[in-house]
This record gives sequence, structure tokens and C-alpha cells, in this order.
Amino acid sequence: MNEMLAATVSRAEVEDLFYHEADLLDSWRLDEWLDLLTEDAAYYVPPNDRPDADARYTLFTIADDMVRLRERIIRLKDPNCHAEYPQSRTRRMIGNVRVTGSEGDLICAAANFIVHRFRYNDLDRVFVGHYRYKLKRQGGRLKIAERRAILDAQELGQLGSVSFIL
Amino acid sequence: MNYQPSGHDFVVENPAQQKFFVNREVFVSPDVFEREKRAIFDRCWVYVGHGSELKNPGDFKTRPVAGRPVIFCRDREGTVRALINCCRHRGALVCREREGNARQFYCMYHGWTYHPDGRLKSVPGEDAYGGTFDKSEMGLVPVPRLDHYRDFYFANFDAEAVDLATYLGKAKDYIDLVIDQSPSGRMQIISGTQEYDIRANWKLLVENSVDDYHLVSTHSTWLNYMRNSGVNVTPPKGELLPTRGFGKDLGNGHLTTDNPNYRGRPVAKWISVYGEDAKADIDAMRNELVARLGSARAARVADTNRNLAIFPNLVINDGSSVTVRHFYPVAPDRMHVTAWALGPVEETEAQRARRLHAFLTFYGPGGFATPDDVAALEAAQLGFAAWREVPWSDLSRGMGKARDEQLATDEGHLRVFWRKWNEMMEGRP
Repeated sequence: MNEMLAATVSRAEVEDLFYHEADLLDSWRLDEWLDLLTEDAAYYVPPNDRPDADARYTLFTIADDMVRLRERIIRLKDPNCHAEYPQSRTRRMIGNVRVTGSEGDLICAAANFIVHRFRYNDLDRVFVGHYRYKLKRQGGRLKIAERRAILDAQELGQLGSVSFIL
Repeated sequence: MNYQPSGHDFVVENPAQQKFFVNREVFVSPDVFEREKRAIFDRCWVYVGHGSELKNPGDFKTRPVAGRPVIFCRDREGTVRALINCCRHRGALVCREREGNARQFYCMYHGWTYHPDGRLKSVPGEDAYGGTFDKSEMGLVPVPRLDHYRDFYFANFDAEAVDLATYLGKAKDYIDLVIDQSPSGRMQIISGTQEYDIRANWKLLVENSVDDYHLVSTHSTWLNYMRNSGVNVTPPKGELLPTRGFGKDLGNGHLTTDNPNYRGRPVAKWISVYGEDAKADIDAMRNELVARLGSARAARVADTNRNLAIFPNLVINDGSSVTVRHFYPVAPDRMHVTAWALGPVEETEAQRARRLHAFLTFYGPGGFATPDDVAALEAAQLGFAAWREVPWSDLSRGMGKARDEQLATDEGHLRVFWRKWNEMMEGRP
């Protein structure tokens, strides 16, 4: 770990980023959310039975490179994205935010999440887990190079689809 | 005036009117749900798992099979078994882990232990049972029948059922097409399981898995993605889909779509989504297929996509990837789905990554298509609350056309499922 790099970011700065991100996602400001990501960012939701796996060898729930992530946002904004039309209402609680280290020029950070999701004609579905982030300082801004949303549930089960950005 | 059926039959077929109807009571009725368990799931060969999931002696997976808790395992001698996960003494699960490798199964209630082949190994305080206790008769109970076809393992709870090969019949040919992708004839389940519930009746997913009629309306955002990625998905004039494919009756309630491929295949049909770098690799795989199988069979494997439904609840989609997906009703309006990716054991890291990428673009709870299927099925289930007022689902597309003219966008292959379902529910052989 590069202690020096990790020390260049405070927990408060990481919290500000995560809280801002949660607000953008909950209010479906998806283009603004994309702008928080680096050009080569990746977004992962590992399978519930292999939370620590590598997407090259394991079937994930979501494993987006930036090309597919941009396409995912195009899809989510389309009224023909039936799984999210009408759009879910979500509310994210982010806690236990920590700067956990670094890898090369990336700062590692983690947080716990509870995401409540409400849909038309549906009950509350509660997604609980933790995030692992890799962050990159670009032009003074802290940007997201990788975000991994790891669910605690043993299986998706009654959570159903992960059709919104978790 | 449109023909509407009367009477109390669940499935109504009227060839003269070219109509086929299913009564929506079958999707909501607790009575039908209970009867299906006995009339269908206890009499059919139901999917348990794939041999590749159990690499080493002692490997096990616990999973429900036809509603029973089952240990799917490979014993110390290498034999694959499906043992009912229920202690002979007082009934507790003897294995409470999802998966692992076991030297023995240990019941935590009173400490009875069993070998991975099911034999009872030890009983604390055995002398209390007196002289009539025969340990050799007190092993874990195996499922009544277990058999496999090319490493796909199925169980049957009816000891009198026909053998698996007879049951699968012509569906075997379509499994063979899947296996032929591998140079050594060995496919493997890739790690990572997708398990999710759908708040809809399980039979809707059988229909949906093979119904090509819904593609354009339900999956327009996926088609947009393909278009944005440079793939030609525009149907020719007068057609519903980019290629004209067929829906086929394979006998015994099994059915398949059989479509000329337009959406790419990891083995071995390049599309722009894979990137220019992948072209040479996919060409080489294609050459290997031709050398091994001849050009006609190679084209059959690599130029067609097939969604195969094995009655009652196993679907193998062989196209932009290979999915193995089965589902079991947990209530009239809820099913539990388990899905895996399947691939040739020989795949390189790049080939495997390409396969998984293609899988995730379309399939699964985070894909660009499956969540919309789930939304469609759940919307149908909500509509069925009015089954008394709006009782009939219409599956008449293609009625009046010959059997070998049924398109994948027709409903001839869906009718195959419903006829078999009805036959079994009515207790006909």
C-alpha cells in the first residue's frame, strides 16, 4: 500500500463523493452520475455465491466496462426499459465509510450500504451490502475508477432483478 | 365473431377455428399448484445439476429438487449421487452448507454421521437400539432415480418412470449440439450462480424462454444496444425478427426454437461487439469445428441459436452464450430461478471472458433483457387477478399451418408444452 497516496484523501472527501453519488442515483440524474466516473471505469455486482470472484472467470450479476455502462444508462433512460418503467424509487443509506489503502495510483475506499427500492405495485425490497471503490485523483477531482457492490444476501431471491444502478 | 371457449377445461384446442386457449386459473389456483407437484414434478425427470459442478470426490452442492432438500455429491469412489438431505433418525438436514467438500455428513442434532455415498457411518450410543438395529439399512435415502445424459443429471421421484434417454428422446440431439462446441466433448458449469425469484407462475417462464414473438416489444433496449454496437438487427421487410427461425416439437413435451444466428456466438460466429481483436481467434475456433465435425455439422453448431425447453422446467439457451436455467414454483404466483453459464472446458481466458460478457449483456438479473422478461411475467401475473372476468390466454399463432412451418414467432412450440402439461394433469399416460 502506498501510505502517502492514501493520506492525500480524507474520509470527509470520500464521504462527500459517496453521498453526492447516492443523491444523483436516487434522483435518477444518471448522466451526471456517469461524469463521476473515469473514462475506463468499471461497475461490478458479483454473484451472491462468489462475492470475491474475478469477472474474467466467474458469471457475475453485473460486470460493466465503460462501453456497456454507457449503454446501460441509455437503456435506463428509455421508457422501453420495462424493468425500470415506471422507474423505481430508491433511497440509499451509506455508512461506515473508510479509506482502506491504495493500488498504484488508485485510492481504495469502502462503505456499507442499505438501498431501499420501491416499485409500482410492489413491496419494499432492501438491498444490503458493502461497496469497494477504487478512486482516482483527476484534475483535482476525486473520480470513481471502479465500484463493486457486494450484496450480503445468500442469493438474490426475493430481491429479484438488479435493474437499477445498485 | 371471434371464437371464445366455454366450459371448464384448462386447455382448449379448436382446430376448426384455429384457436388454442389456456385458462388463466392455471396460473393462480392453489389447487393447481398442489396438483402439479404430484402430477408433474413427481413424475418427470427434473434437473439436478451438472457433473462438472462436482470436480473431486467428496464435493457436494445442496439444493432443492422437486421441492425436496437434496445433496448432489460425488462420493469417495467418484460416483455422482443425489441423496435426500434428511437424517434417518429425526429428520434434520445433515448438511447445512451450500457447497463444499465433505469427508462425511454430520447431523448436528444427535450426531449421526453418514458417508458421502449415503451409508450410515456412526450413531452415538448405538447399543441403546438393541439387537434389531441394522445400520446398513439406515443410510441417507437416495432420490428414487438418478441418471445423466452427457453430464446433465436428472432425478425422478417416480420409481416406475421410463428411463432418462427415452424420456429425453429427440431433445438429446439438441443437447448434443451444445456439447459439440467443445473439442473434447466436455462442457462445464462456470462458477457464479444467478438465483432470483420471479413473482409469477413458473409456466410463464417456460413460455417466455422460447417465445420469440415478444423480442421486439419487450427487448427493444437490447436491440438498441446491439444496433449501437454495429450489429444488424433490422428485420427484413415483412418479418418480425432479423432472421426467420422455427419452433419445433421434440416429443414428450420438449420443444425448441431453431434460429439462424444473427446475434453472434462465442463458438464460433463473430459480431462487432467482440472487437476486431477477436476475429482471428473465432476464425480458428470455426476451423477446428469444421475439421472435427465437417462443414455441415459445424454450421449447424455455430450458425444456429436454439432455446431448448426440456419438460417441465429446464431451459438450455444456446446462442450468444449458453445458459442452463431451471425454475421451481414456490407458490402459484412465485417461482425460484437458478441459472448458470456453461462453456467448453478448453476455453482460454479471453474466450471465457467473451462468453461471460455476451451472457451478461442479455441474460440474468442484471442483464439488458432478462429484467424486462421478469417485468413482463410479473405484469401478466398481476393481470391474472382478473382471471374470472378475462379467463383465456390465447396461444393460437400459427394454428392452421403445418407442423414443420411453425415459426419461432408462432406459438406452435408453446402449444407442445401445454398439451403435455394438460395430459399429465389429467392423469393420462
